[in-house]
Amino acid sequence: MSEPSPEIHPLEVRDLNVAYQTKVVVWDADFDAPAGKLVAIVGPNGAGKSTLLKASLGLLPIASGSVLFFGQPYAKARHRVAYVPQRESVDWDFPVNAVEVVAMGLYRRLGWCRPVSRKERDLAQAALAKVGLADHSTRQISQLSGGQQQRVFLARALVQDADLYLMDEPFASVDAATERAIVEVLRELRSRGKTVVCVHHDLPTVPEYFDHVALLNMRVVAQGPVETTFTAENLRKTYGARLTLLEEAAAAVERARVMTRHRP
Amino acid sequence: MKPARILATLFLLLTLGFVGPLPRTIAAETSHASKRSLTETRLEWPTREKLWRTVSLADYNTRVVFGGVTALGAAGGLVGTFLLLRKRSLLSDTVSHCTLPGIAIAFLVSEALGFQDRSLPLLLFGAAATGILGMASVAAIRARSHLKDDAALAIVLSVFFGLGVALMVVIQQLPTGNAAGLSHFIYGKAASMTAGDAQLILYASLAIAFVCGALFKEFKMLCFDTAFAQAQGWPVLALDLALMGLVVAVTVIGLQAVGLLLVVALLIIPAAAARFWSHRLGITLLLATGIGAVSGLVGVIASALFPRLPAGAVIVLAAVFCFAVSFVFGAERGLFRHWLEQRRVGRSVARQHLLRALYEWCERSPRSGKAEAPAQLLDRPVPLEALRTDNHWPESRLRSLLRLGRSEGLLSTDTGGNHAHLTSRGKIEARRATRNHRLWETYLLRYADVAPQHIHHNADQIEHVIDPNIVNELEELLAGQDDVLLVPADPEPPRPGTTGGLAS
Repeated sequence: MSEPSPEIHPLEVRDLNVAYQTKVVVWDADFDAPAGKLVAIVGPNGAGKSTLLKASLGLLPIASGSVLFFGQPYAKARHRVAYVPQRESVDWDFPVNAVEVVAMGLYRRLGWCRPVSRKERDLAQAALAKVGLADHSTRQISQLSGGQQQRVFLARALVQDADLYLMDEPFASVDAATERAIVEVLRELRSRGKTVVCVHHDLPTVPEYFDHVALLNMRVVAQGPVETTFTAENLRKTYGARLTLLEEAAAAVERARVMTRHRP
Repeated sequence: MKPARILATLFLLLTLGFVGPLPRTIAAETSHASKRSLTETRLEWPTREKLWRTVSLADYNTRVVFGGVTALGAAGGLVGTFLLLRKRSLLSDTVSHCTLPGIAIAFLVSEALGFQDRSLPLLLFGAAATGILGMASVAAIRARSHLKDDAALAIVLSVFFGLGVALMVVIQQLPTGNAAGLSHFIYGKAASMTAGDAQLILYASLAIAFVCGALFKEFKMLCFDTAFAQAQGWPVLALDLALMGLVVAVTVIGLQAVGLLLVVALLIIPAAAARFWSHRLGITLLLATGIGAVSGLVGVIASALFPRLPAGAVIVLAAVFCFAVSFVFGAERGLFRHWLEQRRVGRSVARQHLLRALYEWCERSPRSGKAEAPAQLLDRPVPLEALRTDNHWPESRLRSLLRLGRSEGLLSTDTGGNHAHLTSRGKIEARRATRNHRLWETYLLRYADVAPQHIHHNADQIEHVIDPNIVNELEELLAGQDDVLLVPADPEPPRPGTTGGLAS
């Protein structure tokens, strides 16, 4: 499956097909996440964005196709990949506090049956501090706001010290402070050469937050650097002729144009 | 969570120690109970001697049965907590009903092989086998059909239990008279337990506690975020099977004492009760273990004192009592605490309404001839009737608000009861309440998309919840508008001790 390529991408998705029963959700998707970039996967609701991530991680069965992480199947590259699920995917009314959730990112390193020790707690605490929740570490997770919960998930990924981060809608319904904190973390990750792939729903912020974009609507409509790929034409192909979305897209493209002009 | 784990193991070890090393063959002390006439139904108060012998654990057998049932309660609480958090509570009910055909088949097999006495391990093995089969059927129906969980559980439960009942009828028609004890597995009879049976329960409980301790962090992750655990490469299916295996184990060892109809209570009720007391998993586990153990103990004492009283039902009732107490008084989520909080919020909202109404009346009312310094704005007496009509308050509401204001020293009313005067503290508080309210209002307008997450009545001051930069921005927005929205100066800086208003 792995033909020799000049550079090995952190994530390579080839001809991926995912179906629920008989309903196709992702169809012949080809997708590369280039190393050291912040990559957005955008597309309309039900376009298969989250499904693409979950199927890549083996959480959903793949109908056909292949997914390689750093040139290897996921089982071999797991330790280099961190996953941030959607916040809604868990019950936050669970009897744990923030630092315990973050420490779950270290469980695999700990191995079977070994309890969390001082060292892991300290690492988890440091990760919480990175997302601005240093003084919320012993707070029960249901007492955190939605944005803070999202940051706890982010910290759990950070503590894994991975090379590739897959995030499912990290910006979904978070407050301004959380949005800033996440963006800061993303940029810090990029500066350390890490790769981040985010499922993203907010078109206007794509040019501001991301370097690379993949437009997905069942299949990958277009992918590449934001400057060349995030165009009105491509957005129309992705979103169809839905008026409100097109207006939003037009505004976003305009913003992208302004942003690129201001870039050094 | 290391200490919690150690404590949980210690607890069970102590239970073992208290029973002491067990010899293998000791007959149960139940014969006198079973020899009584079937028509006798009244409860007999135990003699003083019997009471003393029971409470002091003088009989070796009593001690053994006590140890066994207490360990069973503890194991139920422990496993039940994980089961509850995995949101599979009802599965335990299905599993316990599924054990009946297994018991019947095992009995038939032992009859066919010509065993004289019923052999408990064989019966329990049969119970476990069909229990697991039932669980597998639920999983298969769930995976291979469009039926939802509840339907799958109900189908499997009724089919297996029906089969079991049919087999029991067959067994009762057999010429051998051995079948009498089998109904104990349905309703439970702790007193019919032999020392060997209790020993089995005890060792099984210890094994269960050991597995729970060893897999504490794995189960925690499994229950909290299965997808994450799977993405991390943990064998989620195997972990789930291990947890369900523990559920089957508790069910099977509980059959004799509590009966298959009630064993679900042993798994779920102590866990549910413990959840009212703590937000920490380790503490919840310990509490559930303790509640289960105490319930078991109470049940078995009652059954020793009153042989006609069904131990299983008493165990469950004791657990339910703990649940009821927790439900009302639980420190973290009990009704009483909830009610206190509700009341506190209600008072704080009422207080803010009153203060703002007073402030706004002063602000609106025609000013006296000479220009008033802002500091004197609140010096005027406020006519109560105007206050009431402006705010559409019924008479009773006004009275209760004034009572609140007076009791907190925020205002005084004059002798005629027609006017209210803000005290100096009331003036400060009125300014603060109004300022806060207007900042919140602006915040809601400006950050309509994210603001609702942050609104919290317990937060006296917006600064305690919102980023100070945003507060500054809001203040500038307000200051730019006309003087109706003039913000009273912040009377005092936010107190550092009162931050974190998001706690609910």
